[in-house]
Amino acid sequence: MTLPEDLKQQILHAVAEDGGAKAAMLEALRLVQQAEGWVSDARLAQVADLLGVSTAELDSIATFYSLIFRKPVGQTVILLCDGASCWMNGGDALRQALMDRLGIGFGQTTADGRYSLINSACVGGCDRAPALLIGPDRRLVGPLSPEGVAQLLEGEL
Amino acid sequence: MSDTLPLTGHARADRTPHSLAEWRAIGGYRAVERALQMTPLELVNLVDAANLNGRGGAGFQAAKKWRFMPPVGTSPGIGSNYLIVNGDEMEPGAFKDRFLLEAMPHQVVEGAIIAAFATHSAQAIILIRDDYRAGITAIRRAIAEAEAANLLGTNILGSGFNLHMRVHPSAGRYIVGEETALISALEGGRAIPRKRPPFPAQSGLWGRPTTVNNVETISLVPHIVANGAQWFRALSRTEEGGTKLYGVSGMVKTPQLIEAPMGSTARELIDRCGGVSGTGVLRCFQPGGGATPFLEPADLDTPMDFGHMAKAHSMLGTGALIVLDTGTCPVAVTARHIAFYARESCGWCTPCREGLPWAARILTALEDGTAKPRDIEILRMTAAEAGPRGRTFCDLMGGAMGPLASLLARFGDLVEAHLDGGCPIRRGQL
Ligand SMILES: Cc1cc2nc3c(=O)[nH]c(=O)nc-3n(C[C@H](O)[C@H](O)[C@H](O)COP(=O)(O)O)c2cc1C
Ligand code: SF4
Repeated sequence: MTLPEDLKQQILHAVAEDGGAKAAMLEALRLVQQAEGWVSDARLAQVADLLGVSTAELDSIATFYSLIFRKPVGQTVILLCDGASCWMNGGDALRQALMDRLGIGFGQTTADGRYSLINSACVGGCDRAPALLIGPDRRLVGPLSPEGVAQLLEGEL
Repeated sequence: MSDTLPLTGHARADRTPHSLAEWRAIGGYRAVERALQMTPLELVNLVDAANLNGRGGAGFQAAKKWRFMPPVGTSPGIGSNYLIVNGDEMEPGAFKDRFLLEAMPHQVVEGAIIAAFATHSAQAIILIRDDYRAGITAIRRAIAEAEAANLLGTNILGSGFNLHMRVHPSAGRYIVGEETALISALEGGRAIPRKRPPFPAQSGLWGRPTTVNNVETISLVPHIVANGAQWFRALSRTEEGGTKLYGVSGMVKTPQLIEAPMGSTARELIDRCGGVSGTGVLRCFQPGGGATPFLEPADLDTPMDFGHMAKAHSMLGTGALIVLDTGTCPVAVTARHIAFYARESCGWCTPCREGLPWAARILTALEDGTAKPRDIEILRMTAAEAGPRGRTFCDLMGGAMGPLASLLARFGDLVEAHLDGGCPIRRGQL
């Protein structure tokens, strides 16, 4: 599948805005990911072509950033804070509850493709510890108890 | 209230940002009008007189940094100067820039316009951590509104000053927040720190003179212009000007952001959070985030500004006060911090790339009760060899050594006690 026209236009706009094709590499990857959830090999090659950079160079940027996904992820991505303030306030129990409920570990996706769980740098929600970020808006949820996990996954939180 | 709480006094409880019209109705952008009638040098002198120290961690004087920026046409080569606002906030314990970006976006844009004018910059870039989606949206909207009102763009308010401003959303990796790594990132490379000198003010983004300032630093600027240097200094309890947005978390009853006079004490801040939670008794605290050395109850009344914290052998850092009660083990907290810094190292310098994972493994072994006396020696060597500052390319390693070295210096007995079967606090023996 070729690069959709609107995505192409957005990427070219980023090139103009960011000061050239190289400077726009990260934004181009973000745009692909925003549209498709992750960056596939095929897309990587197409975007490299469009930008006039090598696939290897673009991939060196994609793999540098922890939040550019080079593997498919679930529909809903959960970023669990691993900061010390969350840990002090029950972060380990929250992690265990999430892993038990989802049946996956960090960096994994549930078999039904609904959720991915990621170990995140401090999410900047220390006043709401233990906290996590969920979904495309990276909504901050906290303080979240192990009991709250079920509610969160059923969309009630 | 906004007289004594300039950063947060106008914020709404639910963090809904102001529209441009709402912001103007409460006096917004008057500082820009005033600034554009001054010269850049007068502005630098004003901020100098206000004694505004950078809030990104190091506490470097904003005016000093700005003064290095050459006026247009006096630096070799072509192109603009750049102002970069650093909103990468990923320091463990820090949650202040999130608030300023989400709830007070026009304050950031207004400050950036003034700072750009003072540094002769025709381009301003606000780099924001990918996870701060609400902040990215709010700042983008504020920029668009400011553009439509000719507060950005060409010939701003008829002053002849031109400024283009944009947001650069990042995508993870703590090292992006280091100012030279950030410049590499904006040029499209991997975010790896650069050698200094040359400093960014001499050769920064695309080789042009560049100033990097933290979101909070920039947010304070309009208030200095609007109310004057004396007013700004009077907000503070110490020589360092202004209020500080402290973020208190960890073992306190109501963790929260608190805007308070610069130089407020940990005791006051913890009290405002309802006191210590858990056992209710304080063991120690980190005054400014994960990378700042531990302090003990004896320092509860030390003013929390850059100078006093340094004198107390710690750092104000980001002002993110992390509180540990007596039931929380500082070995475990340090283990978590070091594991984070080990993961986030860019891998360029050997002590950082190799030393941090090793230290992280030893700290975990201490917690598990599998560490040997020799391991503690290795921790001491690591801290002595790599810290406190200047032995590596950037300050990630030096920062990481802050909690480790102070753990060993202040809590040596507690660390040793981990050799008999793991954490004594967890085993109920302390
Ligand atoms: C590893 C590392 C990460 C940093 N991350 C940030 C950050 O996220 N935000 C920030 O403002 N400064 C950060 N800094 C400090 C910046 O390098 C720089 O000093 C600061 O943005 C300057 O702003 P200021 O002068 O207004 O304090 C970091 C420094 C290091 C060594
Ligand atoms: S100290 Fe660490 S993060 Fe900084 S340049 Fe060296 S390896 Fe990279």
